[in-house]
Formats: sequence, C-alpha cells, structure tokens
Amino acid sequence: MSVTKDDIIDFLYDEARMLDEGRYDDWLALWLKDGHYWMPLDYKQTDPLNVTSLMYEDIFMLKVRVERLNGARTFSQKPKSRCHHVLQRPWVDEIDLEAGRIRTTTQMHYVETRLDEQMLLALTAQHDLALIDGRLRIANKRVDILNCDAAFGNIQLLP
Amino acid sequence: MTRYTGDKAAVAALVQGHQVHRDVYIDPEVYRLEMKHLFANAWIFVGHDSQTPNKGDYFTTMVGDQPVIQVRHTDGEIYVLYNRCPHKGTKLVIDRTGNTGKFFRCPYHAWSFKTDGCLLAIPLKKGYENTGFEQTDAGHGMKSVGAVMNYRGFIFCRLAEEGISFEEFFGGSLSSIDNMVDRSPAQRLEVAGPPLRYMHKCNWKMLVENQTDTCHPMVAHESSAGTAVRLWKELDMPEGTPLPPAMEIIAPFTSPYEFFENMGIRTWPNGHGHTGVHHSIHSNYTEIPGYLDKLSVTHGEEKARAILGENRHNTVYFPNIMIKGPIQQLRVFIPLAADKTLVESYIYRLVDAPEELTARTAMYNRMINAPTSIVGHDDLEMYERAQEGLQADGMEWVNIQRLYDPDEDFEQESVLNGTTEKQMRNQFHAWVKFMTHDMPAREAAE
Repeated sequence: MSVTKDDIIDFLYDEARMLDEGRYDDWLALWLKDGHYWMPLDYKQTDPLNVTSLMYEDIFMLKVRVERLNGARTFSQKPKSRCHHVLQRPWVDEIDLEAGRIRTTTQMHYVETRLDEQMLLALTAQHDLALIDGRLRIANKRVDILNCDAAFGNIQLLP
Repeated sequence: MTRYTGDKAAVAALVQGHQVHRDVYIDPEVYRLEMKHLFANAWIFVGHDSQTPNKGDYFTTMVGDQPVIQVRHTDGEIYVLYNRCPHKGTKLVIDRTGNTGKFFRCPYHAWSFKTDGCLLAIPLKKGYENTGFEQTDAGHGMKSVGAVMNYRGFIFCRLAEEGISFEEFFGGSLSSIDNMVDRSPAQRLEVAGPPLRYMHKCNWKMLVENQTDTCHPMVAHESSAGTAVRLWKELDMPEGTPLPPAMEIIAPFTSPYEFFENMGIRTWPNGHGHTGVHHSIHSNYTEIPGYLDKLSVTHGEEKARAILGENRHNTVYFPNIMIKGPIQQLRVFIPLAADKTLVESYIYRLVDAPEELTARTAMYNRMINAPTSIVGHDDLEMYERAQEGLQADGMEWVNIQRLYDPDEDFEQESVLNGTTEKQMRNQFHAWVKFMTHDMPAREAAE
C-alpha cells in the first residue's frame, strides 16, 4: 500500500470541504476512534491536559458537538452559522508508512458567520494521519489560532 | 441630559425588591456611575498571588474601568498600583504578565518608580527645582489603590481610600475561598496557565445573576448536556459502566428542577451568596486515588472528609467574580461598557494534590466556559438576546420575583430553596448600598 503527497493534500482539502458543507457524518468517519481534536489556548502550548485549552475533544464529544448543531432546541444555532476555510497548499512534513506516521501542516484562513457578524481567524492545522486499509484517516489534529490569547465571542463551528 | 448622576433617590428607585429597571443593564450613565461608585467602594478581585510569584513580577488587569498593575515588591509584598505614569499618563506596562526587575521605567520619558510606586528617578531632574514639583501628584510617584488584601492568595482591592473593611464586606462568605484552599494538602493554590477570555455583548450583571440562576440549565443547556446524555445512552454500554470524565461534568446540567430546588441557596450580607448548600452538580465526581489520604495528613481524616463533602456550586463574590471550590475555578466578569463584558475564567492547581484533579478542572473550564464551548454558546446567546430585547419600550422592568418575600432580610445569612432568586435580589440590595452611600459627597465635590 502506498500513498502519494498528492493523495495526502487532496485528503486535507476534502476534509475542509466537508466542514464547510456541514457534512459532519462524513467528517467524523475520517477519524480513528482514539483521536483528539486539540485547539490550544496559549501560543506554543505543549500540555493539552493540565492547563486550559479551547478544545481537547475525543470522538464522543466531537459527535455531541456536531449532533447539537442540528438540535431542535439549539438556540445559538437559530439561525445557523456558516463557515469557510481557505487553505494554503499543505506541507507534508513526514511520510513514514512503516512507522504508520504521516504528518502535515496546513495554514488557512477561517471565516465564520451568523446573522450580521463575521469573524476571520488565521489558523495552523497540524494533522497526524494514518493509512488504514488503503484509506487515509485522522489520528489527531491540532489547530492553533494565531491570536489564541485574544478575547473571542462565540466560535461555534469547527475551525 | 443626566437622569441619575447626583440623584441618589433616582438610582435607588431602579431597584424595587421584586423587579429592577432595565436601565441597570442598558443605560451608559448608570454604567459610568457603577464604575465611579460601586467599583470604587466595594472590594474587587484583582488576581492570585501565584500569578506574580517572584519579586518584580507583575500582572495587569482592570478593576472596574481602572487599569491596574498587581506587582510583587522587593519586600515580598503585593502592591496594586494604577497603570499610569504620573507624568503624562502613559501606561507603564501593557503586556498581561512580566517581570520589571527592581523598578518600572516609563518608555516615554524614562521616569522610573520602585515596585511599591515610589518615585525613583527623573532624567534631568534639575529642571523641576524650585517649581513646586514635590507638592504635585506627579512628584509623589505611581498612585496606589485605596486598600489591598491578600486573602489566602487571592488579591482584592478597594479603590476608595476610606470605606468598608475587607472582613466586614465579605464576612461569612470567605468560607467558600477557605474550602477551595483547604482542598490543597499544602493549603496553597497555584494558577494553572492563562485564563479563557470570552467577550460578551451584554451587561456584566447578567453574567453574575446567571451564576445562581438554577432554572436555566435544563432549558438553555438541553442542546448540549441533553444531546450528550442521549448519545451516551445510545452507545448502550453495559450496566455499571462508569461515566467518562466529560460525561461526569456535562450530564448534571440536565438534572430536573427538583435537584436544583433541593440543592439550596445561601445568601450573605453585601451581595454574596452561593448555590449548592446541600449537594451540587459537582457532588458525584469520581474519587481520585490517594487524594483523601494526602489531605488527611494535613487536616486529619474527619476534617478532610468534611472539606471534600462540601460541594458548593457557584459562590458569587459581589460584585463581579464567581468561584467553584470543588474544582478550583474562578471567573471574573470585567465590565467594559453597559453592553460589553470580558469574562476571564481561571483555574488553579491544588499544590501537592494529584494532578488528575487539575486535569478535571481544565476539562471543566474548556467544556463549559470557553468561547468554543457548546454550553457557553447557549448562555451567551441568552445574554445577548436579553441585551437587545431590553430595548423594547413596552416593558421597562426585569422580574426577579421567584420565591420573593416582601419582608426578606439581607443583613443576615440565610439558606433557602435552591431555585429562589433571592441571591439576585441580594446583589441588587448591595448594588444600591454601594452605589449610593457616598453619592452626595462625591457629586458635590465635582
């Protein structure tokens, strides 16, 4: 089994498209079951557990998060938010299939909007990917917000 | 046109026991008066002493609308100084934390000050000879706030030179801070990382009232906690499977009204109070192995069990902080305008306790109080809708009447049904007290 750099880059673009189009079931299916989505609170944060992060969620809590978006009594999503990712071409930092390790870094601009408000965030996403049965999967994802230490209003979707 | 400035009776008339006038939330003039009177006369939280552990360490924040610096002086004591050069007004430091060494040096004209605020040096000082400089405010160095208290690591200040003492202001409510600190085998807390910073387009008091509003979780948080409970059930785990930590935290938000009624609310004089007298949403967290033993070495087992058996939910320290003793969290509601509030949510490590406790606290903070929190989203939605809805001219009053008793007493500690809004009324009783007691004198001096 092999994977090319183009396959990996296509995978990352497809993931962003799923988020922008709200195809969350497809998105959750990309994840390995013990993966975590981590969004640090501090610049260059190293510890996800013993200091506060903006997010550090396992698959169950990610599922709660996306299920909630469509709930009948999800008041902060009436009306719904929309989001938009603009990706710079990802860096494929490492492909080591014997060790089962693929690492990428992707810089992007993220726009989220609801009612008359629109917010722009500059992000760096680091993916740990794995090739399972010929299919790329997300083992872990870290998303750093450039101004992570600024005060934000609601960030409701998935940057 | 001013409607409230200098008019004590008009300010007092905004609070009518069972209801408050919308101007307390939406009127910029009332907001300015709050900054000038309430936030000057009450004791306001500044920071924790572990944020400035070494000499020269400083931390910048706001007390009401006043920029201040918490700094550890060369004598080891903590000072709270206005963040303003006495010369031209330049803020002396603008980063949130740092170390200034033995003195502050203004970047504009190099005036320098010791870390207790005393003037140290001015370049070309000869230019001030025989000018009467020593008699001016500028000649006296950086200005200190009126009074500072370090209570078991928590730094509070009163901006006004004269006024109520720390002990009288807080009274019995300090038992909540005591319980939080007593949970450390070393009797000491340390701040764990930077705070969450969450901007709210609403009045600061809406957030404070929400801390003891026990009739909203099962409604506003149905979408998050309710969804979590439903998805957990759908996993169809074998009977007796322990809840994962995230579920232990979020599931109690969907508890029925009866749970919150029986939980109880305690009020203390001067606007302080807490939910969770008998039990709370924090009562059923899994015990961390080894923790009780460690705490028993410090306190003896009986007292250690009593400390851990106290599961106060939210303690409001009037006017603008809330602490959670059982998880060592503190949230400060910093007013920026009548319709703008910055919420900073801190967590603390219990020194010498198992690190799993810090991990649980960090998880609570990010799950419930982050700008990315599925629980926080619905709270903020409610506050911002209220801020906009209050513009409606058809009705001018906000109701706080739940379990109201026209004869209720705010000068004595009381314990009541957990869904009472008495703590909200208690806050407004104190609001009138600290807004108006120095009003005539202050206005006349203008």
